[in-house]
Amino acid sequence: MTIAFPPGSVADVASGLAEHDYLADEALATAIFLAIELQRPLLLEGEAGVGKTEVAKTLARWSGGRLIRMQCYEGLDVGQAVYEWDYSRQLLHLRTLEAVGGLAANANAVEDELYSDKFLVRRPLLDAIAHDDEVAPVLLIDEVDRADDEFEAFLLEVLSEYAITVPEIGTFRAAKPPIVIITSNRTRDVHDALKRRALYHWVEHPGLEREVEIIRRRTDGVTDELAGQVARAVAQFRGLGLYKPPGVAESIDWAQALHRLEQSGLTVESANASLGTVLKYREDQQRVRAHGLDQVVETATDA
Amino acid sequence: MDDQPDWALTPQRFPSEHPALPEGRSVDRSKLPILAAGFVQALREAGIEVPIGASILYVRALCAVNSVDRSERYWCGRTTLITNSDDFLTYHKVFGRYWVGAEFDETEQMTTTTTIAVDQEDDDGMENAGGDDDDEAEPDVTMRYSAVEVLRDKDFAEYTKQELAELGHLVSEMRVGGAVRPSRRLKRSHKRRGQPDLRRTVRRALANDGEPIDRSFRKQSEQARRVVLLVDISGSMEAYSRALLRFVHATVLARGRVEAFALGTRLTRLTREIATLDPDRALSNAANAVDDWSGGTRLGESLQVFNNEWAVRGMARGAVVVIMSDGWDRGEPELMAEQMARLERVAYRIVWSNPLKATDGYAPLARGMAAALPYLDEFVEGHSLRALEELAAAINRNAKETRPSRGFPTALA
Repeated sequence: MTIAFPPGSVADVASGLAEHDYLADEALATAIFLAIELQRPLLLEGEAGVGKTEVAKTLARWSGGRLIRMQCYEGLDVGQAVYEWDYSRQLLHLRTLEAVGGLAANANAVEDELYSDKFLVRRPLLDAIAHDDEVAPVLLIDEVDRADDEFEAFLLEVLSEYAITVPEIGTFRAAKPPIVIITSNRTRDVHDALKRRALYHWVEHPGLEREVEIIRRRTDGVTDELAGQVARAVAQFRGLGLYKPPGVAESIDWAQALHRLEQSGLTVESANASLGTVLKYREDQQRVRAHGLDQVVETATDA
Repeated sequence: MDDQPDWALTPQRFPSEHPALPEGRSVDRSKLPILAAGFVQALREAGIEVPIGASILYVRALCAVNSVDRSERYWCGRTTLITNSDDFLTYHKVFGRYWVGAEFDETEQMTTTTTIAVDQEDDDGMENAGGDDDDEAEPDVTMRYSAVEVLRDKDFAEYTKQELAELGHLVSEMRVGGAVRPSRRLKRSHKRRGQPDLRRTVRRALANDGEPIDRSFRKQSEQARRVVLLVDISGSMEAYSRALLRFVHATVLARGRVEAFALGTRLTRLTREIATLDPDRALSNAANAVDDWSGGTRLGESLQVFNNEWAVRGMARGAVVVIMSDGWDRGEPELMAEQMARLERVAYRIVWSNPLKATDGYAPLARGMAAALPYLDEFVEGHSLRALEELAAAINRNAKETRPSRGFPTALA
């Protein structure tokens, strides 16, 4: 049975995402449901690796819409985020007109032509607003905290009206507003004004059972037993006060790595050999080894 | 959830696997808008700023979810009304009080009643200072100038209330610009080199029969580095922390990209509290936010939390980190050293301002201080106005001006 998109209830969201291998809890499902229903952007914050970006990817798979991804970075400007003119083609066009002698006669018309749709290069934001798609696309604005304030201010304008004005052409307005997912790692506060326009949700690490299920669904050939052991070991790691407690992404990687090492179960040797897939700081590895990797493995395989 | 819920203490760790909310009275749907407005009012009274737009959205959300189920109502509200994970706990409590009744409020013991001397005393001081200004504005100018000269070298510990109030004005005139770094953002260049600015060139070509004769260029711009200020508010720093907070306030106001934290037995983020124009409100806001004013010091642990939650994640990356503390630490020096090492790996520069440094015969022997020394780029005084001016200068310096001093603070020599 497939769940139709757009979903009719919170429960539909949870099962719809689950069909596409994303397991959301009730809180996240409510947030996503409201974002779709109320046509509001959804701002997701949370630790790295809890699956914020994956929400957008899964929504795109489920709805059948395009995923338009915009990775934010400092210095991101209109030319890279919204639109740009195809300058070399413009120059070429000018030279051609000059060669045939059409320029002097009708300068105004030439200018209009130069700044028309023909020479417009669409970047992610414009692409998401001015689309002719059957199904509204999913716009993922990833790690918005990396962009600078100027960009955020611009985003505000776009997201409140779902419209973009290109001075030379006019205003593009979204016939079907995209589903907007914004993620932030919280290295700085996102402006209140932007938050006011968006729904907000803090994504948590999943509980043990959910994590086992996620590992099972997201990996190939990993046995239920191994998935459970990995999830239990990772849960222990998270309790050790590490610099970077492993996220779901790391659990999946680890389970996959152990499977590739042709291990059907977690052992001290295999854990030791593949620890780098789950703990990415030397200090964290030391701490776990000091705590006793064998003990972690024993507890994880015991249950 | 049979054990003591530890998420009660750290709202950010709120479990998504939320325990089933206890059953209570059900609500007539037609009354939802009124009840929702009352709930928003209760949130506002609890100190959460909820804009009107959000409460409208909340009612729409309740209708969209189309359910009287309490759990869905809970998540609807948190998604639409709360924009900061720090407010989750307050939301949780108010929700319980409003929709369920008192028995839902499992976190009553969390009620904080912090009374801190600083706001009251400072208020008095300000009134006095303000009164003086009004009475005799003209001669005050010269008076103040000489007063500044006297104040400049005076130890903060010996300041009177009035002088402390005066300090606010003086500090706000200090210029903390901060070191810069090259930005990825390009700006227009008037020289004929750098990256070609095609957009402009095409525009101008139109004026020359399509011939790109006037070529425009863009060059890299500069961006001020983030400054992160950590103020020790423990008991041993009591004489200085108020004065230093005024410095923090002035810095936060003077430029963007400043973050402020209080270090004590735990870490408190002050950036939002202190970003108010009025210095007295900023200070009392900060005082209210801090639970452990004039308590003990756990520098190493506070730094660990700072590193875990903020610094290493990105806040301190390439930033100037300023620690204002006397370096007295009750924790393990090894932890302090470890955390300083972590911070040093991500920060652009670390400046430590210690009010005790000016004391005759001072040697950095306090355990925390000694452990931190090898990781500092600069070690400056912090007891007087002049020392703060030096600190401001230290923040402004670029790394190359202090020579590659990784591992050994220049000011010690």
